[in-house]
Amino acid sequence: MYALEMFEITKEFPGVKALDRVSFKVKKGEIHALCGENGAGKSTLMKVLSGLYPAGSYSGEIRIHGQTMRFRNIVDAEKAGIAIIHQELALVKEMTVGENLFLGREPKKFGVIQWDELYYEATRWLQKVGLNISPQTKIQSLGIGQQQLVEIAKALAKQANILILDEPTAALTESEVEILMSILEQLRNEGVACIYISHKMPEVFRLADSITVLRDGKSIATLSRKETNEDQIVSLMVGRELTERYPYVARKPKEVVLEVKNYSVWHKDKPVKVNDNVHLSVRKGEIIGIAGLMGAGRTELVMSLFGAYEGKAEGSVQINGKEVRIRSVQDAIRAGIALVTEDRKRLGLVLGMDVKTNTTLASLKEISKFGIINQNEELKWSQKYVDELKTKTSSIETPVGTLSGGNQQKVVLAKWLMAKPKILILDEPTRGIDVGAKYEIYHLMNKLAQEGVAIIMISSELPEILGMSDRILVMREGRIVREFTHDQATQENIMMAATGGK
Amino acid sequence: MEVKTVINERPFERKRMFGKIDIRAYTMIGALIAIWIFFGLLNDTFLSARNLSNLFTQMSVTAILAIGMVLVIVAGHIDLSVGSIVGLTGGLAAILSNWLGLPTSVVIIGTLAAGALIGVVQGWLVAYRAIPAFIVTLGGMMVFRGALMGITKSTTIPISDANFIALGSAYFTNSFGLILAAVAIAALVISTIKKRKSRERYGFRVAPLSLDVAKVMLVSALIVVFVLTMNSYKGIPFPIIFVIGLALIFSFIANKTTFGRHVYAIGGNSEAARLSGIRIQRHTMVLFLFTGLLSAIAALVLTARLSSATISAGQMYELDAIAACVIGGTSLMGGSGTIMGAIIGAMVMTSLDNGMSLLGMETFWQYIVKGSILVLAVWIDIASRKKQAH
Repeated sequence: MYALEMFEITKEFPGVKALDRVSFKVKKGEIHALCGENGAGKSTLMKVLSGLYPAGSYSGEIRIHGQTMRFRNIVDAEKAGIAIIHQELALVKEMTVGENLFLGREPKKFGVIQWDELYYEATRWLQKVGLNISPQTKIQSLGIGQQQLVEIAKALAKQANILILDEPTAALTESEVEILMSILEQLRNEGVACIYISHKMPEVFRLADSITVLRDGKSIATLSRKETNEDQIVSLMVGRELTERYPYVARKPKEVVLEVKNYSVWHKDKPVKVNDNVHLSVRKGEIIGIAGLMGAGRTELVMSLFGAYEGKAEGSVQINGKEVRIRSVQDAIRAGIALVTEDRKRLGLVLGMDVKTNTTLASLKEISKFGIINQNEELKWSQKYVDELKTKTSSIETPVGTLSGGNQQKVVLAKWLMAKPKILILDEPTRGIDVGAKYEIYHLMNKLAQEGVAIIMISSELPEILGMSDRILVMREGRIVREFTHDQATQENIMMAATGGK
Repeated sequence: MEVKTVINERPFERKRMFGKIDIRAYTMIGALIAIWIFFGLLNDTFLSARNLSNLFTQMSVTAILAIGMVLVIVAGHIDLSVGSIVGLTGGLAAILSNWLGLPTSVVIIGTLAAGALIGVVQGWLVAYRAIPAFIVTLGGMMVFRGALMGITKSTTIPISDANFIALGSAYFTNSFGLILAAVAIAALVISTIKKRKSRERYGFRVAPLSLDVAKVMLVSALIVVFVLTMNSYKGIPFPIIFVIGLALIFSFIANKTTFGRHVYAIGGNSEAARLSGIRIQRHTMVLFLFTGLLSAIAALVLTARLSSATISAGQMYELDAIAACVIGGTSLMGGSGTIMGAIIGAMVMTSLDNGMSLLGMETFWQYIVKGSILVLAVWIDIASRKKQAH
């Protein structure tokens, strides 16, 4: 008897097929792991299941306990017993545990909240998940692990019998993970169906009864844990054929430009390290790729090197053999570092300003005298980069918000090229841009490396990492766990290192 | 295919050129002219040289405050304390001049220094201590008003220094006005020629000569009409020169300097600005220094014009300044707004005040009309932006 059956689910976004005839079945009293790379379609599938994408916006069929369901919204899905616990916890920090457990469904009499009843019930549900705290505690005084358990209690209080956990252990300490696991095992015995989304192979193999692998929006296989092993799962996750060609050219990198030793970064408001004891070096004219799954600490590392991460950093950073201390973005720019951020709309561009002003934003000093901008120089430089990068824009005075993703990315690149960096860091440089622009960016990277720029590229797309990098570093849980040369690296060994397989 | 693209490009280019001249600015000027014609028809004296001269003098304080306010709002902040700074620095100027009998130059320097200092303190709290500008300046509004009552012992201090009074109520002689007009027109012509030459040197397309000539002639005509009108009464009022001078300086800062560019970037997307190496905190502090300084200048003009400092001087002026900015197209979300727009906004506000007083409308009507115009202006603005987006 299946608690949940999803048949042939297809979900399209403009231009992309996020899910392509995905089928997925979960038994009652089973922990079912859902594995796949970033962007494989796990989250989209769960959004379909939890009613975030209403029936009609996708094709296919969902059955709960054998009955066909059409969820119009999240409430419908909740009524059917589905609860999702997101990676970012959705609790109101200023309220008490009890208030959160019953948020929106407070026990009422004539519109008046029955507080005694609420807190009595809350205590019962907290005991169920093994939390020995008063329901009057404020959420903000709890640790992440405890908050996670409150979320689970909240789901159970809604009579959920299908529980979706999205990367539940990402922010937990080891002992918290243990507690969570024993709770999940207990829930399994009570007949709750759990869908467990995780990147971490050891956890998946310890907990799951069955494993379904998604890749590029397709369901690849569903296997019983007893019949499979980590190697098989990882190769299924990455097992696409490498048909795309990358314009890789063998390079002879010269002297070391950037050398980072014993580098640790602390979280900006929690006493945990987001990067622990990182060593890395980049040579002149070299492209290194940093692979890893979401939350591996890659973005934090480069933001910190760029002086833009709020958390404290310790360790040594040397540029051209000289120790540098980078405390701010200005320091970084002066030291010759440029960072093309991951989220260009939020962090890279001023969308209301035009192509020209965005291009010159980081190097206005170069084109001004006594703080007065030479506007002709500005026109000249921005036109130069529009031509060089083949940015498609009706004029250099067009607001960047109206350009396509690929062309916006080119404007961001132009901004940093104009700053003449020695070290160029690219964080997911081709995310969400069209194929043509992608290849132009790859060629640009090769050209820059040729000219002697040291390039660090973060990417979640393995083919891109494999296709462009001279060396590949794999990060997991804030550490660099493996290093491969261009020739050693394969999709499988990178993914194995990134998921913590043996 | 090739031919087709060329044909397609033409109308697009033309549209862009007109688009660049800024339709918004023209609608604002249009609205101002409409208001003037409206009051002119209802009342003969509204468009008389005497009344226009008064109107410009009246608007000078609001306009000076609005100049500073624009940049603060563009950066995504607000300054509610400017009215109280006007009161406090005005009181200080009166004390320095009347009680201590200091010469005019010392009074001016002392007052400006006080305004700048107040601005720096508030700016430091906003920028480096991360207290919301709304709170800092709301607090400042009360603190400075209180300080004014304290230092003046809640009395009205008259000004007797004739030089000081001249700052707010003197007029330039007719011939000086004409010289000023000639200088302004010459500067306009020279700068236009220089700009064309420089663009040519860099190999950029220049606008058609006829268009530039037409532009220069139109602006020159406006200058001449303005000066002749003022001359037919008593000459150009002194305070208006402050407004024009400050507007030119701050327009230059906003459009031509790295500082100005950074301010717009901070308001447009502060994260992107920070990641481009812009010193957000220092810039924010300087902005408040500017509003403090401009408030002190406004205080000198106001105190001189009224030839006394009172404890209620400058009350509610912050709201007039903010309204002028908003009517002039400054977005309270930050990132956009122009000095010239704010000046026109100040003129709209003052024209409404002046016109309604001339018509003998009761005060309560004036408040209702001004408030409604403010909301209406933003409504139209938001509606037109939405239309553009579609």
